[in-house]
Amino acid sequence: MSIARFWRETPRRYNLGGSKCTACGTVYFPPRPVCPHCTHHRQSIEKMVPFQLSGSGEVVSYTVVHEAAEGFEMQVPYVVALVKTDEGPVLTGQVVDVEPDGVAIGLRVRATFRKLREEGQAGVIHYGYKFAPVDDPDRAPRGPPMAEVRAAPAATDRASA
Amino acid sequence: MREVAVLGVGQTRFGELWDRSFREIGIEAGLQALVDAKLSSADLGALFLGNMASGTLIDQEHIAPLIADYAGLAGRHLPAVRVEGGGASGALALHQGYLAVASGLYDYVVVGGAEKLTDVPDATATQITASTADHEWEVVFGATLPALWGLVARRHMHLHGTTREQLAQVSVHAHEMGSKNPNAHYRNRLTVEQVIGAPPIAEPLGVLDCAPFSDGAAAVVLGPLDTARRHTDTPVRIAASVVGCDTMALQHREEITSVGATVEAASQAFRRARRAATDVQVAEIHDAYSICPLIGLEDLGFVERGRAGPEFATGRFGSGGSPTINPSGGTKAQGRPFGAVGVAQVVELVRQLRGEAKERQVSGATLGLAHDLGGTGATSVVHLLERAN
Repeated sequence: MSIARFWRETPRRYNLGGSKCTACGTVYFPPRPVCPHCTHHRQSIEKMVPFQLSGSGEVVSYTVVHEAAEGFEMQVPYVVALVKTDEGPVLTGQVVDVEPDGVAIGLRVRATFRKLREEGQAGVIHYGYKFAPVDDPDRAPRGPPMAEVRAAPAATDRASA
Repeated sequence: MREVAVLGVGQTRFGELWDRSFREIGIEAGLQALVDAKLSSADLGALFLGNMASGTLIDQEHIAPLIADYAGLAGRHLPAVRVEGGGASGALALHQGYLAVASGLYDYVVVGGAEKLTDVPDATATQITASTADHEWEVVFGATLPALWGLVARRHMHLHGTTREQLAQVSVHAHEMGSKNPNAHYRNRLTVEQVIGAPPIAEPLGVLDCAPFSDGAAAVVLGPLDTARRHTDTPVRIAASVVGCDTMALQHREEITSVGATVEAASQAFRRARRAATDVQVAEIHDAYSICPLIGLEDLGFVERGRAGPEFATGRFGSGGSPTINPSGGTKAQGRPFGAVGVAQVVELVRQLRGEAKERQVSGATLGLAHDLGGTGATSVVHLLERAN
């Protein structure tokens, strides 16, 4: 994957930047140019505004992957889950900092900024969100909270890296 | 719009065809169909070819004229069009061929489906399979296609109490059917214990819950129904050909244990054909992963929502079932050469409706249903085929 192809998605993958339809109030991740929920899509044109997800949510379903996607071979077995965020959108991501046996439908999780995969020894390193269990809602998972990453001009960093 | 019939069918063996190239298998199936329809290539108006990923699988795009060329048709300068819709490419090509004849623009067309999967390593094929899901928001985060269907399976088990044994029954059924199909990739029988004990791929799915990577090709010849008896004693009418689409990513579905595109396509198909699910005696249903036919049976209206697991386990979809599903062995046993699958489903149905399916024959079949799916259901295609009186 080219650097530009991954870099251009950093506001979403690093910072959970979604969008909200100001006509009906529905939140989307990743952001959408048009709202599928508005009966007449024209209502939503130019009414989609940026919206920040908190990254908190719960596991809707999960699988333990043994035959990895490309670039994830060293991580097997790993858990991939659908996480329904508190703001509504469902995200696909790994659940980490817990053994596969500790994952269940309904588990409360929070997004955490992690390395996703690397393209060999000389290639691009991909970063983005994974999810970690939240036993105590006030305790942040390991790793930098998404809010701190959000403060950095991530896209510029990647471009000069 | 005029009525369209299937006049001829052809299919190669499915499996690891190491000694045969993409173009060889594509042409073999097409020529069989042409001979079966008692037509010569001079009668053809167009060729439609279902194929998912030749560019990454065999480094060759632009394959429709390639197949037409090696079928000896280059000098006629026929239109040859490739159709792509992930795993539903073959059924989507059939829909295009149906429209072409129904519109009156062409009288006779060949619809082929072909895929060559074993020229790349399995890991590469896995990655190419995943490209039918949303790369940017699913695959980049570690999902594969079996992982996404694993999510669906787990959710179905959670909501409806579907069991691991019931999932395994789906693969056992496929191999039982496939054992009677000389074209099948696998003809061995399986037990529930073998399926459950097989190495895991994406839990709860194991390797025996997943269709294999196969090479293969299938083809049909379509023409107007009103002149069909010149070509065959048993024309099979396409009573409905419907395509439905849904969100690309599973995460954007309101409910992941139902494929909305299938529900819509099936409902339109039954309405257009003025028939109901209970009229169908034989069906070829998408079964790339063991959870898929359970979801499919519910979405198509063959069983009540949430009941497919226990209903399937009773054996009611086996030989003499209501309906009998996947008499070919489905993709699990017959094999899964992506672009060929949707066409091969119809080849099997035509043989069933003509009464030519030998050991696999569903007795008295007059109405058949084919259901093909791309990715996790962003594309779903439903065909109803009826033996013409």
